[in-house]
Amino acid sequence: MTVVVRTITRILFPIALVFGGYVIMHGHLTPGGGFQGGAVAASALAMVVVAFGAKSLSGKKGLLSALESLGGVAFAALGFLGLGVTFFANVLAGSGGLFGNPVPYGPNPGDLNTAGTLPLMNWAVGFKVLAGLGAVVLLFALFGGEHDR
Amino acid sequence: MSAHAPILAIAVPLLGGFATPLLAKLHKRIRDLWVLLIVLFVGVAVGYVAVHVFTQGIWVYVLGARHPQETVVSGGFPIRIMLVVDAMGAFMGVITALMALVAFPAALKYLPEEEGKTLALTLGSLLLAGIMGMAYTGDLFNFFVFLEVTSIAACALIGFRTWTSRAPEAAFKTMLLFSVSGLLFLLAVAFLYGEYGALNLAYVSVLLRGSAVDRLALALFLGALLMKAAAAPVHFWAPDAYGEAPAVKALLLVVNTQVSLYGLWRVLFTLYGGILDTTVGWLVVAMGLLTMVVAAFMALAQTDLGRLVAYGAVSQIGYMLLGVGVGLVTMSGRPDYGLVAMKGGIFHMLNDALTVGLLFLCVAAVELVKGTRDLRELGGLGHGLPEVALFFLVASLALAGIPPLNGFASKILIYEGSFRASPILAAVAVLTSILLLAVFARAFQGAFLGPRVNVEVRVPWPILVSMGVLAVGILILGLVPGFFVEAMVTPAAKALWLGRSLYLSAVLGG
Amino acid sequence: MIGNLPFVVCVILVALGLWTLVAKRNLIKLVIGIGLIESGVNLFLVSLGYVHGGIPPIYTYAPSGAPMVLPTPQALTLTSIVIGVATTALMLAFAVVIYRHKGTLDARKIRDLRG
Repeated sequence: MTVVVRTITRILFPIALVFGGYVIMHGHLTPGGGFQGGAVAASALAMVVVAFGAKSLSGKKGLLSALESLGGVAFAALGFLGLGVTFFANVLAGSGGLFGNPVPYGPNPGDLNTAGTLPLMNWAVGFKVLAGLGAVVLLFALFGGEHDR
Repeated sequence: MSAHAPILAIAVPLLGGFATPLLAKLHKRIRDLWVLLIVLFVGVAVGYVAVHVFTQGIWVYVLGARHPQETVVSGGFPIRIMLVVDAMGAFMGVITALMALVAFPAALKYLPEEEGKTLALTLGSLLLAGIMGMAYTGDLFNFFVFLEVTSIAACALIGFRTWTSRAPEAAFKTMLLFSVSGLLFLLAVAFLYGEYGALNLAYVSVLLRGSAVDRLALALFLGALLMKAAAAPVHFWAPDAYGEAPAVKALLLVVNTQVSLYGLWRVLFTLYGGILDTTVGWLVVAMGLLTMVVAAFMALAQTDLGRLVAYGAVSQIGYMLLGVGVGLVTMSGRPDYGLVAMKGGIFHMLNDALTVGLLFLCVAAVELVKGTRDLRELGGLGHGLPEVALFFLVASLALAGIPPLNGFASKILIYEGSFRASPILAAVAVLTSILLLAVFARAFQGAFLGPRVNVEVRVPWPILVSMGVLAVGILILGLVPGFFVEAMVTPAAKALWLGRSLYLSAVLGG
Repeated sequence: MIGNLPFVVCVILVALGLWTLVAKRNLIKLVIGIGLIESGVNLFLVSLGYVHGGIPPIYTYAPSGAPMVLPTPQALTLTSIVIGVATTALMLAFAVVIYRHKGTLDARKIRDLRG
């Protein structure tokens, strides 16, 4: 790709990742969440694939696959966290600790430190989607590249 | 922990599936041990749930609630996703766990490392989680999600051998049909949600009025689940899928079709049980007859051993539809023979899993030894592989319903029940069985009889052990069916046929 | 009448998708057909939860007293979209593999499996 595309990709890559992270982080307060944020972040990877070619990322396949598995394991493990009560029970909510503030009732400015295990699950899903979609894009690009040239 | 057994039977294979690729990076033996532990755990959990349900009634487990039995919040309205395991769900879980316990140890030994063994084990675990979810869930949308989990995992299993040209084709075809099936199911759920604003199966069931929208949703449910279960007009994906998946994993695909049938029973008997008239029952009976006859004739024309067995498997779906269909027709009057036919249809699910599973393992062994499944090239394997030949013979006879094997035990119940409903039904079923006997006799003769051929490759012992386990199961279920029918099948049949009000009150109280 | 417009569009989308599945033979077009049906169903789900004049069901800086649209159908739609991404990716992957083996995407020409 041309130098224009590559330069803009260099600038936009961190921004897209940060925005993806923002969407994941605020999944329990604003529209969005793990899948949407992960998809935004994966678009950063897609940009790199377009600008620098799939070969530039082909060494990262193992990393992406490991990250995806890790996201899945983390999500399921967060479900197991509730086993003292019921599976998926939100044990952190309202506990005062991590993400443990009580949720204000009615319209409010939003408090990031609420919702218990939900933000953690959003992160798990976000990483899984980032890695999964990134791997899908990367593998399709690698596939086509080998065939055409 | 034991209070959480139903969800653990779903969550542990899910977690295990995600963790398998990570552990494979550490060491291959750790991965194998891990997969084995998961399957054993699922077996124990399912067994525990089954014993509890068969002795103490329906087990409701509410996810994320303050305690597992908090089904309704104030106002009598269930909002959370819940698992509802009645005798039928527990029975389906037992079939699933049984087949997983046979399939996974064989897969650990059978699948070559360089052919994506880690991937196959991961997908197998996820498929297991999806099937268990479908069997245990009490929520319509949750059922859809697990339906799609099984669709994706199953199709990936069918198509992951991408270096062959047939596997991706079979997988694409199957995925296309599974996608349509899933979307039809989702549309039906959307119709019901739009009308009643609820997704809980029991709660929607209470609200159902039998309006035009309800009937449309029922038609969509029927279409979606029959498609996924490989009933007659849309059965053509099944032989491709069964034929191309690694044979030890085809065992799980068989359970996958059966759990779709289970979903159909759940929709017909529990969800629509209050408003159903006999038309739907006769429709199911007609689909059953069509499936068994069409598949048996298709099996007659096959020259590929794998596809022949697959068509035999599809024709058995027809028997289940016939048995349960007769039960559905007679649900309003509740004559004895309706329950007999129901028992036959449900018992046949277990028997079919064992016989078809054994047949697929035999096909796998033949392919492993000779590298082909073409009946025109095979022959004389009975000299070199006497044990495989024996197992194939036992399974074929069981599938055709010859006493004293398990296929006979369930088919005689189906014949008896359907004969009382209409002699024509029983006549068609018996004639199809005879046709199947001819088909499998020809297959046995083509593959195992004839002049001696040399066999260089040995069949790995775990596969032989798995075959042996299935064959012993076939014999035991055939020789003493009474015990199993009384202990598991009758409660399961009654849970569907008579147990709707129990199911509803277990979820909604009072 | 105008309120029913989304449902009309749903019917059109699903019908177009089914027509694609029946009439087209290119594997990519078949995947597009599935995508069309899926869009129709998703649109149907979202439309079900619409409340006239409603705001998004989020309390962060919500104007007080305004009616909110139903959140459940949106959650269902999102789940369905996620599943749709997975199935589409899987089917496209199979289509790519088939193209490598056969050099064509025409469903009529790639039938190894018949009968």
